[in-house]
Amino acid sequence: MIKQYLFVITCAVGLVLPAYTAQAAVDSHARNLAASCAACHGTNGHSAGGTPVLAGMDKALFVGSMKDFKSGARPATVMHQHAKGYTDEEFDLLAEFFAAQKR
Amino acid sequence: MSINRRDFLKLTAAGIAIGAFPSIAFAGSELLKKKGQRVVIVGGGFGGATAAKYIRMWSNNKIEVVLVERNQQFVSCPMSNTVLGGKRTIKDLTRDYGGLKKHGIKLVHGEVTAIDSEKQKVLLANGHLSYDRLIVAPGVDFMFDQIEGLDANVADASIPHAWKAGAQTVLLRKQLESMPDGGVFAMSIPKAPYRCPPGPYERACQVASYLKKSKPKSKVLILDANPDITSKKGLFTAAWNELYPNMIEYRPNAAVLKVDAASKTVKTEFEDVKADVLNVIPPMKAGAVAAMAGVASVDGRWCAVDFLTYESKVHKNIHVIGDAVSAALPKSGHMATSQAKVCAAAIIELMQGKQPDQNPSIVNTCYSMVSDSEAMHVANVFRFNAEKQAMISAEGGGVSAKRSEQEGALANYWLENILDDVLG
Ligand code: HEC
Repeated sequence: MIKQYLFVITCAVGLVLPAYTAQAAVDSHARNLAASCAACHGTNGHSAGGTPVLAGMDKALFVGSMKDFKSGARPATVMHQHAKGYTDEEFDLLAEFFAAQKR
Repeated sequence: MSINRRDFLKLTAAGIAIGAFPSIAFAGSELLKKKGQRVVIVGGGFGGATAAKYIRMWSNNKIEVVLVERNQQFVSCPMSNTVLGGKRTIKDLTRDYGGLKKHGIKLVHGEVTAIDSEKQKVLLANGHLSYDRLIVAPGVDFMFDQIEGLDANVADASIPHAWKAGAQTVLLRKQLESMPDGGVFAMSIPKAPYRCPPGPYERACQVASYLKKSKPKSKVLILDANPDITSKKGLFTAAWNELYPNMIEYRPNAAVLKVDAASKTVKTEFEDVKADVLNVIPPMKAGAVAAMAGVASVDGRWCAVDFLTYESKVHKNIHVIGDAVSAALPKSGHMATSQAKVCAAAIIELMQGKQPDQNPSIVNTCYSMVSDSEAMHVANVFRFNAEKQAMISAEGGGVSAKRSEQEGALANYWLENILDDVLG
């Protein structure tokens, strides 16, 4: 059902804007939010070394980590300061985006 | 062929435009044949290179991107103070642009001589580049005229600012190496805003770190034009006192007015200071390309932009990112990459006739290396505030609880990851 729906959107957008069809299924706001993490976690969550890989991370684990950073339940050097800048809804968007990235 | 009144008016308008940009009338040919929609980016630093990569990546390589950069290689300014401390060489911070070419970005190494915002052309010595949208990412230039006795040649030859990583960083390190034990290293900091707020205080640490090991009787003197330490004050004072006791002396409200290169003396409002090694960091403004584009509207120094798109408030279809932007945001490499991504996303939307993201957020993290192994940071998320039309720091940002070796390692990981994100 959802798949079909996405397919229809992709086609509709494809008709109007043939150049950008492959991007149509990606939530661009989520993608933009996730781009804020790339300086430390690599482009699309593919860490170039030393920091956790976010690409392909389990959604529940991701959201749990972000909430724990935000509340202070999980100790961190820097993630508490980043996590506090986002809403819980945004954690879900981010989780969705990173889970969809191939590891 | 007869010329009617309308055509005549058009020709006259073109004539006026040519008159305003005399060199463009002789601009020669289009350097790269333009086929589809094209973005030209001037400046391949952290901001410009990121915008180039992300426009290609997020448009599925559909938008043509031409990146104009004067240097053949990319040298990271972040972490370049560690070259002075001796932990890194400039080579460790140097990368080539090969990774960007893999995204299909067209690199043009050259010097921009003029920008015609009417005809949407960037002029170089050997021809021009037409654009649909232009991104100006020129970083900073130095206002040498604010300090008597100082100019670009003096800085290159004997009083390096070393505030762009490269030859001057290497020169300053050499000067430190030949300084006698018991000598004085004096550095000056311009009034904010300047590139990299914590950078000068980090530099004092890195120089002290080298001197402590090699020339322990020497002194580091900081002449700060600002009334106080502008970034991470508590952490820096602790590092100075605990790691380098009695070595670093800090003087606020001490703007340098004059330099005598021969005697290595600087003059402030209150005193003359003679040093063995002199590092004068002049006041800064947006890089010259911003003025060429006519977008440096704030005090003739910085560029006012719309924070949803980074489009200039002066000229349509010209966007400005990075240090050149006028904002209450830190001028850092990381900040430039954050702005570049919002700008890249917005340009793609605008080119499709769509509305850009109305709720953008950007981040900044600056690590400061205070010794060979220890670092601390400041981190913030900034959210768009529609009422203020500005990027406002979210609750929860701030500095490290304390400096640590763990953060020293993380600072290195940050560098590797950001360089990979920008150039890979
Ligand atoms: C300044 C660098 C930096 C930035 C920017 C950053 N992170 Fe992190 N991240 C870290 C570090 C370092 C850790 C390890 C915990 C710590 O020390 O704070 C971490 C840990 C994490 C973890 C835990 C991973 C695991 O395997 O347990 C998640 C999830 C995470 N980050 C998500 C994000 C998201 C989402 C963003 C963007 C909104 C982001 N990070 C931005 C540096 C960063």
